[in-house]
Amino acid sequence: MPVRVQTGDFDVAREIAALRAGDTRVGAVAAFIGLVRDINDAAAVSTLTLEHYPGMTEKALAQIVDEAKSRWSVYDALVVHRVGELKPTDQIVLVVVTGAHRGEAFAACEFIMDYLKTRAPFWKKEQTPAGERWVEARTSDDDAAARW
Amino acid sequence: MITLVYLARLRETLGTSAEKVEPPHEVGTVAALLAWLRTRGGAWAAELAPGRAVRVAVNYDVARPDTPVKAGDEVALFPPVTGG
Repeated sequence: MPVRVQTGDFDVAREIAALRAGDTRVGAVAAFIGLVRDINDAAAVSTLTLEHYPGMTEKALAQIVDEAKSRWSVYDALVVHRVGELKPTDQIVLVVVTGAHRGEAFAACEFIMDYLKTRAPFWKKEQTPAGERWVEARTSDDDAAARW
Repeated sequence: MITLVYLARLRETLGTSAEKVEPPHEVGTVAALLAWLRTRGGAWAAELAPGRAVRVAVNYDVARPDTPVKAGDEVALFPPVTGG
C-alpha cells in the first residue's frame, strides 16, 4: 500500500526498509517527517487533533503519489499520515521516495508534501490555553503547491 | 436523494455531520446546491456565503462550482485543508 492513514505511530526505519527491500536499483531514498510543534501562531499547543474524510483521503493521497511517479523518474513512494489526538514532538506524516538518484527523489518527495498540504482532506484542531481552535489554511502552502 | 457530509469546522458550525436531502430538480451543480442550502438562512447562509472558503468534493473527488450533482451522490463540504 503506497498510502496509509492510521492513528498509531510509525517507525521511520522500518517503513524505509520495507519500501526499498530487495530493490537493487535504488541509489537514493528521500524522506520527510512532519512533527507536532508546541507553538503555532504565537500560542502554546498542548494537543493537536487531526480529522480526515475517510474514503476521499486515501484516494487523494494515491492520486498525489501517482502524479509524482509520473512526473519524476522514481521507483516507489510511501505516504503515512496519522489522525486522532497527537502531542508536541509526535510524528504526524511520513513521505518516502526511492529512486536511482537524489535529485528526482528529493523533488518527488517535496512535491508530494506540497500537494498533500493543499489537496488531501485533513484538518487540524489545536488545544491552546485560550481554548481550542481550527488551524487556518496558509496561503504560503498554496504558493508552495503552485510552484510545481 | 443526495448525501451531504460536513467536515471539520463546518460540521461544528452547522451542527451536523451528515444528512440526506432531496433538492429541487433544477439543482444540478455544486454552485446550485450551495445556493439552495443558503436559503436555509442562519449559519447556512453565513458559512456558505459567496466568498467564504468552502471546498466541495463530489463522490470523493474535488469539485468545482460547475461540477454536476445528481441523486445518489455523496457531496462533502469542508474548509480548506490543513494536514501534513
